[in-house]
Amino acid sequence: MSVGQPECDSAAPDRPRGGALVRRHRLSTRVWHWVNAVTLLVMLMSGLMIFNAHPRLYWGEYGANFDEPWLKIGTLRNTRTGEDSGFLQVGSRRFDTTGVLGLWKDAEGRERRHAFPYWATIPSQYSLSVARIWHLAFAWVLALGLLFHLLWSLINGHLRRDIHVTRAEWNPRHLWHEIWRHARLRFPTGAAALRYNSLQKLSYAGVLFILLPLMIVTGLAMSPATDAWAPIVTEAFGGRQSARSVHFIAAFLLIAFFLVHIVMVVLAGPFNEVRAMISGNYRLPKEKGE
Amino acid sequence: MTEKLILSRRRLIRAGAVGAGGLLLTGCDRLFENAAFRSVLESGEDLHMATQRALGRDALAREFSVHEMSPVFRANGSREGSGEAYKSQLAQGFADWSLKVDGLVERPLAMPLDVLKALPLRSQITRHDCVEGWSAIGQWRGPRLAHLLDLARLKPQTRYIVFHCADVLHGHPYYESIDLVDAFHPQTILAWEMNGRPLEEKHGAPLRLRVERQLGYKHAKFVTRIEARSSLEGLYGGRGGYWEDQGAYAWYAGI
Repeated sequence: MSVGQPECDSAAPDRPRGGALVRRHRLSTRVWHWVNAVTLLVMLMSGLMIFNAHPRLYWGEYGANFDEPWLKIGTLRNTRTGEDSGFLQVGSRRFDTTGVLGLWKDAEGRERRHAFPYWATIPSQYSLSVARIWHLAFAWVLALGLLFHLLWSLINGHLRRDIHVTRAEWNPRHLWHEIWRHARLRFPTGAAALRYNSLQKLSYAGVLFILLPLMIVTGLAMSPATDAWAPIVTEAFGGRQSARSVHFIAAFLLIAFFLVHIVMVVLAGPFNEVRAMISGNYRLPKEKGE
Repeated sequence: MTEKLILSRRRLIRAGAVGAGGLLLTGCDRLFENAAFRSVLESGEDLHMATQRALGRDALAREFSVHEMSPVFRANGSREGSGEAYKSQLAQGFADWSLKVDGLVERPLAMPLDVLKALPLRSQITRHDCVEGWSAIGQWRGPRLAHLLDLARLKPQTRYIVFHCADVLHGHPYYESIDLVDAFHPQTILAWEMNGRPLEEKHGAPLRLRVERQLGYKHAKFVTRIEARSSLEGLYGGRGGYWEDQGAYAWYAGI
């Protein structure tokens, strides 16, 4: 498939029918998808390890142990029973997270007191410096990958044809209809399955144009060197600690996207969907009565 | 039948996810032990430094106003200097203490603290960013490092300025190093005053380096000797600093 060819064109004369094996994702989309999937996983897991070095989040320019965090993960000792527990505190609300956050057992069964557990971090054993090596190297793959993918998608028409949310799709009644269809797990069939629906477009656009750039920009806002030549980046978020908080929140929004994405792939037929993203071949779901 | 199928599919996915997670984890840890892979990852640091220098070689770190300062400035790392000599100097207010400037210089210096305090001063309220993620804003005052280096007259082969310190962490003396771009940066000072008072011991009395566009571990405390060098090789672990040697932290800490 040549890269300039449209991914899906329902107006084509030989309109593909349900059951037909068709070309779905172009090569550039497929390559970026998998490179980015691995990169985001490494970024997330090394990022959680970096967070473990100071498991508190603040608003504003400064924030350290003597200042009030809005989010905190830690370990508590019950003075009466002498038992320890892990907790997550958001504002003034505290949740017991023993076993997962703040107090957990490692692979050998030893009790650990870091915020995020070994199975969620890179490296699995506490090391801020090694996590930073992973995180700051893969940051290049994330940023340059996104930049080139967006530029290429602009050139080859992927953005205009597949991601662009049309005026009709922004219509609240249309959106509500799509949400209703999604909730009842009614997925498009036949040639309609070749197009991203409005909710898909909105979530992909949200990731491509809001969440991923936000991760990169808030990451840069935490760099003292960048803050010198581009102070507006840090200031725009209301300070370095605010940028760090937004970095963390955006990361969890990406996790939310990932979970919904996986659920949708599983519901839509994981083999067909994953094959389409690997080889580009996609079998159109059959229409009713076909 | 369908229920069974769904269940087994669910179980399969779950087993797959756990298996893949485990593989990925041990895979990443193993991969990092591979010297070639690790050096590729570490080259990310060089790319960051080159980019930062290209975009903001002479940029000034942001300075803040008095009412933007942290109410309490956290101290961490070494909170005290080591050895009898340091303790007795601390007790005497560093009266017969002097800062040495040597190595690749035309005129080695031994500068008493009161002479150092008489040099033209720079005062700045800046944000201190720890590699761990926290920040604190404080006021620093002291002579520019460039002024001292000009007095000592660097030899042309100098590429690094090394700071030898009076604190020992886990049995190793603390030291740090920067290149000449940072050494001659206008905000790079040797602070003997913090928040309007002489530097406290926990903050590195009598002198602390401020190298504002880098993370906290580069800001050597308890500075007793400044050495001009052409290379970092052969100095302690050879990576240019305590944390660089002991913990695989990056030498360039602008990110």
